[in-house]
Amino acid sequence: MQRIINFILNYRNAVLYVVLTLVSLIITIRSHSYHQSKFFNSSKRLTGAVYGISHTVSSYFDLKKENKILVDENQQLRLQLFNLRKEGPLNEQPGKATYTVTHAQVIKNSYTSPRNYITINKGEKDGIAQDMGVITPLGILGIVENTSSHYATVQSVLNTKSNINAKIKNTNYFGSLVWDAQAYDVVQLVDIPRSASLTVGDTITTGAMSSIFPENIPIGVIQQYDLNQNQSSYTINVSLFNDMTNIKNTYVIKNKDREEIMELQKSTADVE
Amino acid sequence: MLSNPILINSFRFVLLVIVQVLIFNQLNLFGFVNPMVYVLFFYWYPLRNNRPLFLLISFFLGFTIDLFSDTMALHAIASITLAYARPVLMRFCFGANYEFQGFTFKSTTRLQRITFLLLLILLQHIIFFTLEILSFSHILLILKKIVFTSIATLLLCVLLSSLFARELD
Repeated sequence: MQRIINFILNYRNAVLYVVLTLVSLIITIRSHSYHQSKFFNSSKRLTGAVYGISHTVSSYFDLKKENKILVDENQQLRLQLFNLRKEGPLNEQPGKATYTVTHAQVIKNSYTSPRNYITINKGEKDGIAQDMGVITPLGILGIVENTSSHYATVQSVLNTKSNINAKIKNTNYFGSLVWDAQAYDVVQLVDIPRSASLTVGDTITTGAMSSIFPENIPIGVIQQYDLNQNQSSYTINVSLFNDMTNIKNTYVIKNKDREEIMELQKSTADVE
Repeated sequence: MLSNPILINSFRFVLLVIVQVLIFNQLNLFGFVNPMVYVLFFYWYPLRNNRPLFLLISFFLGFTIDLFSDTMALHAIASITLAYARPVLMRFCFGANYEFQGFTFKSTTRLQRITFLLLLILLQHIIFFTLEILSFSHILLILKKIVFTSIATLLLCVLLSSLFARELD
């Protein structure tokens, strides 16, 4: 016993180094395999608050530009609204809507690492929960991963763990949207069957298989496509509509039917 | 006023974290270069120190930056490795006499100091980016990131260290 203690004392620096490295590796590998670490992320009280303060200062610098973007979007929405009214009475019972939308602002963005997360300034108190979709006026942004009472982190589409159902606009060919960590303005759409006819410039939107995003939210356009190695399906490079380097206003989408859908799918899978 | 090494180092800790997180993590030069200036902490830390304490401080420095940048514990691993390897790097750069009582940073040449800084930066970046991407098929991406980010970090660190030059013990 004495010897063991002496040994540890003699090599205490090495032991400490190994222990700390192991702790870090465990934290890292655990969050690699599944969700981002629950306890250590930038939506937490201290980290969220620091980014919040920095955001209140820096948000003044581009107020004018952001206002212009919002006004443009309002104009677009008004246009759609008026056209809808013409066609028929609008369903104006908000209780019946499947999707609800919450506005949030980005307080921390990142796009250089292979696993990018964005922090937004709305949290549980505003009704944000894990697995809600996040979009910008231009297109999709990501999925809510962790929440604290006032902040939330979003797993960006620029994340190697991201996997979102997407399809080619106006068809029903669907595939998965993934990212190969190469360029921050290009993501990959895989598993589109060979029978689909593609053209460079076609629009890619979210698909109907996802219970997170509504169908037909724009993602980007086809930049280039290739058959994959076993020649059975296409791998498509999609150039994003969103400029991922410059995001401020976002909308968090809640699907009220998601729980029901998940439950149904789970019970079906259980029977098998 | 600021002569107490504990005070100086805690102040430096907080300041480097804030500067790293709020300024340099948002830089994104050329779309991917985010200099990691907090390496300066390991450059500036006193030569004679309590090693276990230094290892623990380094771990917390790395981990605090991890919390802010959502990088799990990658900065923490890089930081403790730097802290652990620091004596070896110092012996390599300054020769065996760095262990003597009378040795100070002042008695080293500029070239020696920059080599020391460069080695710290290279070691940190190699560990960080290799673990961050962790895939041999992305080896070119890893190398690209290591090379360009190291250059940017080195330039900034040299600038910052000459801006905030002080009596090094």
